[in-house]
Parts: sequence; structure tokens; C-alpha cells
Amino acid sequence: MRNDFNVRIGGAAGDGISSTGEIFARTCSRSGLHVYGMNSYQSAIRGGHVWFQVRASLDKVTSQGDNLDVLIALNSETAEVHAPFVSKGGVIIYDKDKVKFNANLVPEGVKLLGMPLADMARKFDKNPIMQNTVALGATIFLLDLNFDVFSQVLSDIFGKKKQAVIDANTKAASSGLDFAKANYAQLDVKLVLPSNPRPKLLMTGNQAIALGAIMAGCKFYAAYPMTPASGVLHWMAAHAASQKVVVKQAEDELAVINMGIGAAHAGVRSMVGTSGGGFSLMVEALGLAAMTETPLVIMESQRAGPSTGLPTKTEQGDLNMMTGASQGDFPRIILSPLTVEDAYYATIEAFNLAERFQCPVIVASDLLLSEHIETVDDLSPNVVIDRGDLLNAAPSEPYKRFKITETGISPRAIPGMAGTVFVAASDEHMENGVVVSDVLSGLPKYVKERERQMEKRMKKMDVARNEIAAPKIYGVPNAELTLVCWGSTFGVALEAADTLTKDGIPTNVYAIRNVMPFKSDEVAATLKSAKKLLNVECNYTSQMARMIRAETGFEIKDKFVKYDGEPIYVYEIVNKAKAVVG
Amino acid sequence: MMELSKYKSETRPDWCPGCGDFGVLNALIQAVANLNIDPKDLLVVSGIGCSSNLPGFIHAYGFHSLHGRAMPIATGARLANPDLNVVVTGGDGDGYGIGLGHFIHAMRRNLDITYIVMDNQTYGLTTGQASPTSQKSFVTKSSPLGTIEEPINPIALALVAGATYVSRGFSGDPKHLTELVENAIKHKGFSLVDVFSPCVTWNKVDTYDYFRQKCYKLNGPDYNTSSMEQAIAKSREWDPKIPLGLFYEAQKPTYEEQDPALKFGNPVKSQLGVANPQQLFQEFI
Repeated sequence: MRNDFNVRIGGAAGDGISSTGEIFARTCSRSGLHVYGMNSYQSAIRGGHVWFQVRASLDKVTSQGDNLDVLIALNSETAEVHAPFVSKGGVIIYDKDKVKFNANLVPEGVKLLGMPLADMARKFDKNPIMQNTVALGATIFLLDLNFDVFSQVLSDIFGKKKQAVIDANTKAASSGLDFAKANYAQLDVKLVLPSNPRPKLLMTGNQAIALGAIMAGCKFYAAYPMTPASGVLHWMAAHAASQKVVVKQAEDELAVINMGIGAAHAGVRSMVGTSGGGFSLMVEALGLAAMTETPLVIMESQRAGPSTGLPTKTEQGDLNMMTGASQGDFPRIILSPLTVEDAYYATIEAFNLAERFQCPVIVASDLLLSEHIETVDDLSPNVVIDRGDLLNAAPSEPYKRFKITETGISPRAIPGMAGTVFVAASDEHMENGVVVSDVLSGLPKYVKERERQMEKRMKKMDVARNEIAAPKIYGVPNAELTLVCWGSTFGVALEAADTLTKDGIPTNVYAIRNVMPFKSDEVAATLKSAKKLLNVECNYTSQMARMIRAETGFEIKDKFVKYDGEPIYVYEIVNKAKAVVG
Repeated sequence: MMELSKYKSETRPDWCPGCGDFGVLNALIQAVANLNIDPKDLLVVSGIGCSSNLPGFIHAYGFHSLHGRAMPIATGARLANPDLNVVVTGGDGDGYGIGLGHFIHAMRRNLDITYIVMDNQTYGLTTGQASPTSQKSFVTKSSPLGTIEEPINPIALALVAGATYVSRGFSGDPKHLTELVENAIKHKGFSLVDVFSPCVTWNKVDTYDYFRQKCYKLNGPDYNTSSMEQAIAKSREWDPKIPLGLFYEAQKPTYEEQDPALKFGNPVKSQLGVANPQQLFQEFI
């Protein structure tokens, strides 16, 4: 008995696929269903081939799902590419007048619902995008969803436009629904919807990160446009005035991170966002933030590299870079949120850690996490803001910005305060901030000062390591197989573990969410006690497995990797796991 | 007026005896003293290079950042706390070479920042290579046959990029320089003070004597500092004479005045967090 369904709508860029998908996703989430939706698109504004998929379920869903129940094909290419993924009992809705495809591609037991989509749409508006709405209307019937909820979503989303647009869309959807009702039967996968459902929050990972930042008191956000990080910039810019956050689109990522550091130095909570290419440009200043002990949050949403790579496709290929970027040894903290919900909490935590340890904190996202939409459980509005050792007034003794302390954390003053004037320098310096890099360098007294400052900064990593949470096991205890993952791969790993367990191989998931400082002892102990391990990540060289080996000496022999730009599917892990267990 | 001793740093400048940067440091201290700016309300930001060591030599808040990145650091600080007086100091390599992109964008934004460039037409700290403002045919270790490129013209660049106070001083004329720096800090909007600040160690061409002979001051009834046309024409003069002084000044809204969030007050002094989270969450229903 299924308790989920999966709908995919595909066409060309410019066909309005993404807004159609959002309308459908929101219809499901307002109906009380859990939703996991993803948008597959290309680096092109018109044409090409794009699709949006919505998986909805009575239970929480954490991956895009393997197969489709409804495919809406707005062009022939969509039908040809996606028909093979439709499950038995599913349907393909297409325009019978203009969409042509090879019927041999259609799996057995899949019904073809050729509708006069464009003809029907034309009655309501000359905008061909209306055909999506007709097809959605039919889908609402096929899955027995509530039309009133759907039309309310329509009017909320088109609310800023004219009433005529809302009316035309509602009528177009209604005609699609009537057509389907007259000609087709509802699908077996239709769900018994919860009565009096509580609408769920539906958001992307980027929105969760932005929301978390605002809730944590972020007052400065800088970015340069780059997929897949731009969602944060757009959300922040839209809320700049209402939430009183300064949002700055800068000339390049060199400017972005240095502006972020300047703002943090001046005393506000500050964040910057980018993807791998932009992060590459930020590398030098990453060390600057650490050297000047400036709290900064950096959101790095990975996409498929190297170089420009696949700008609109996902990968977890930047772990080596994030852990190793910039010259010298310095403290840095890296959190890799596991889910959209976790992206909210991880971002809040990142701001607290940045101020507590006065160092850069990276929130490692990726295209899949940043851009897919997911329903989240109620987010806690009770956010603890820990500003660390931030001074309100000058101390009684002469102020030393980089004072040696037991924890390595020095009381922080900000410009504008009386009695705490200091210079923050990228050069090595003493406790009072005076540089030892020029005329003092090499003199024994100052050689010692350098050593003390290095030790003070690195001490913060030891303290942070004790404070951050160790990775957790999710799923059944005493499993035959443990899937090891990090970041967004957690979602699909969790579902794969569930499937494997149901198939007779008790499997759980070990997710490394806090990447740096690395909880070496805890990870080593967990891995040693596991019966069998499979490392799962979205890059070529198993970068996390390599990190685990470097940090613990423990080698995970079996690895599943994927580097084609597409997210991992449940069946891929399941097949590999079965081969590994034997 | 603030006492000059208020700005006295415990660290003595490590510049070579005779370096033009001493004159710039003194002019800056005199200017902020004249303007009665408390050291706690002054943030001096620099990049890397001999002149970028300046924040260590004045008692004020300072940020001695990376090579070429002083301007974005200063931008972030200004946007986070518009009550701070932000002065950026650095050299020609730092600002017109590795940091040129930031320089241009800062000007088009008309941020209320004062930028003092100690232009010695060479890379002093790295032992005297050619810089973006080195005159053509300048012979150095990195250009033994003389440089091939034409120098950057910072004054002309600033004029077309949108700076609203564009000036040039000479560290051999501290009184005039102090006046320019003081007016630059007073000016609301982006102000540039490009300073001929001779490097006595590595540049034997662009010397104190060279500038004393070549420079003259822009003044008199014929020169109108609100005329872009006149300013552009003057910015292109080099031979036989080089003009010093205020080339151009305009009153325009600053970036800070127009930022949608800054209209609600100073971010560093504002409450953290969200007043009505449920309302924000509702957007996602």
C-alpha cells in the first residue's frame, strides 16, 4: 500500500514549469501532506528542457523518489525522456495535438491521457502557459485533491497580478478537472487526505538558511549572483527593509567576503553566500577572518565542478576545498545541514559559533539542498542568540584584543567603544594587536609571540570540538549495514536504509553533520562498532571517506559515489548496498 | 579641536627616513584633530604595502586587511555602522592595481568614505617593482628595459567613476595636504585624495624635487570645482605641469542614505532577531 504519489511536469524553459510546480506543491502541503519537490533546469533562460517534480506523502519524505505516477509532458522531449520512469498504474498527460512520442517507451500498465491542452487553454487566455493549469486541474481530479485548496493557492500566488489572471487560471484548471472527470478514472495512488489539516511550511533550503539568518539577527548579507546560492540573496533582498538587514550585491566575491568581514568587524552579525567558484575567490579572506578573529558566516552551496562545471546541477565536491582552503593553519568551523529544516537550525547555530569562537563558520549546502522544496515541521521561533565574549564596556585593565586566555577566546570590542581602540591586522600580531611581521619579526621575543598567538587561535578549535555535537545514528539499532553520509545525501540515505530494512537487511544511517572540527574519537568508535559500512556521497573521490580516514585512520572500503550532476536515487543506494552485503 | 596627542600610537612608523608617508600620516592626524573626531569614532582601513601599515601608527580603530581589499572592508564597516568615520589608506599598487575593481565600484556607490592613496609610483615593500602609476619607461628589477604600459590616471578615473570629491595632494606640502584631507573627510560622499608621496628608496624619478618643480595649485577665479569638463581637462595635465588641489566636488545622495535597511537606523545599534516570527513563517504556508 503506497502512501505517497509523485508528479512530474516537464517542458521548455519559459513554459512556466517552476511556478506550476510550486502551485501544485503548495496545494499538497496545504492539504496536510508532506512534500519533497525538486526543480531540474538548465543554464538557459528560454528553451532547453526543464522539469519540476513533486512527491507528496502522508509520512515525511526525504528524497525525490524513484518513480512517477503522473507525468505532464508539455513537449515531445519531456514525454520521450520521462515516460520510462512512470510506474504501473500511472498516467502521462500530454497535449494530443502537438506532443508526439514513441509509444514503445511507455511502460506496461501506464495510461496515456492525451488531452487538447492548448485548445482548452486558449479559451481562457492567449498565454500558452495556461495549458499547465489545465493539466494541473486534471491532476487534481486524478489524485482526488481538494480543488478549493488549489484555487486558493492560485489566488495567493497570482495575488499580486490582476484578478483576471486568477479567474482565467481558476477556470482553466476547472475545465481540466471536468475533462478528466468525464473521461478518466482516478488513480489507485490517491491518498485519503487528513481532515482539517494543518498547513505545513514549505520552503527551499536557501529560504531556510535565509530565514535562520534573519532569526539569528543577521544584519548584513553580501553576495554575488551565483547558482545555486542566489536564492538566499533574493530572499534577503526582498526582506531587507522589513527585517532591517543590509543586503549588498557586490562586484565580485573578493568584495563580498571582505565586506562581510568589515561589517562583522564593525559589530553586526554578518553572512555571505556563494557557490564553489565564488568560494574559490573568497579563499584568501577566509584566512583573514580567522587571523583577525572576526566572526563570519559563509554559506557555500556546492554545484557540480570543477571550474564552471554544471552550473545548475548538484554535487558534494567542495569538501576538500572547504576544509583546506587558504594558507596556514587556522580555526574554522564547518556545518553541513542534513535537511531543509536543519538548514534553518544550522544557520542559527553558525552565527552563535562564529561569535563564540570568533572565526569563520561555513554552512555547507549544495544545489539539491539549497533549491529543492520540502515541508518542514514547525520551526522553533525561540532562537537563542549567543554573542560570545562581546564587550559592552571597556575592561578595567588596558584592553588587549587578542589576549591569551584559557579557551583562546579573547574579549571582543567593536569600533565606537571608548577605551578599547585596537587594530585588527592580517599580519601576525601580539595580544595588543601590534604586528610582529615587519621590524619585529625574527627577534626571539616576537618569535615567541607568534607561537603564542598560533596556539591561542588553534586552542579555539579544541574547545569547539568539545562543544559541538557528535554525528548521530539514524534508524534501526544493531544494523547489518550502516550508510555513512554527510549533508543533503542524508535524506536519500535515510529512505534507502528504510527500504533495505524492509527488504530484510537492517540498515541505518550515520550522518556527519558537523564536519569541522571533526569528532574523531566518536566517529572512530562508531565506525569500528558497525557491522558493515557503505559510504555514500555525491562526488568522485569520496571526499568524506577520505576525511574520515585522515581524521581517524579508519578506512571505509565500500563506497557509493555519484558525479553526474543528478541527485542520488534511493534505488541506486539500495542496489549498491545489496551487492555489498552479498 | 582634539589634541594631537590623542591620536599618538605606541608604535613608531617603520617607514624609511624621508618617506612621503610621514607627511600623509601627519596630515591625517591634523585633519581629524581639526574636525574633533574622537579616536573611538574613527576607523582607518588599509590593505597591504608600506603605506598600508598606517593604521598601526595612529591611535584609532584600525583594520589592516589584505592586499587590495581595504575598500570592501571599509564598505562593510560603513554599512554596518554609518556613525563611524571611515578612512581608507593605502598605496597605488594596493588601490590602483590589485584593488582597482573595488575602487571603481566604491566610487560609483558614492559611499561616505575618504580614500587617501599614498601614490609613490612603485611597489616599495616588495623592493621597488613597477606599479600601475609608474611613468612609462620606468626601469625596475621587474622592468629592466623600462615599463611598456601607460600609467593609470587615478584622477581621471575617479571623475568618470562617480567620486564626488576628487583631489590630489603632495606630501611635500603638508599644509595644503591637511586642508584637502580635512575637506575630504567633511565631504558627504566618496572622497579621493591621491597624494604624491615619494619613495626615497626605490623611486629615483618621481622625487620631492621632481614634484616641487612640476606641481602647481588649482585655484583662482577661472577654475570651477563643480565643472566636470574642467576637471577632466585638468586631470589629463602632466607635462609640463601637474595640477594639485581639488579637481571636482559634487553633492549627491550617498549610498548609505539610499539603502533600504539603513533608513531604519544604524544596524550595529539595532535589536537582533525578529519581532514577529510567526508572521515571517506564514509566508511559507
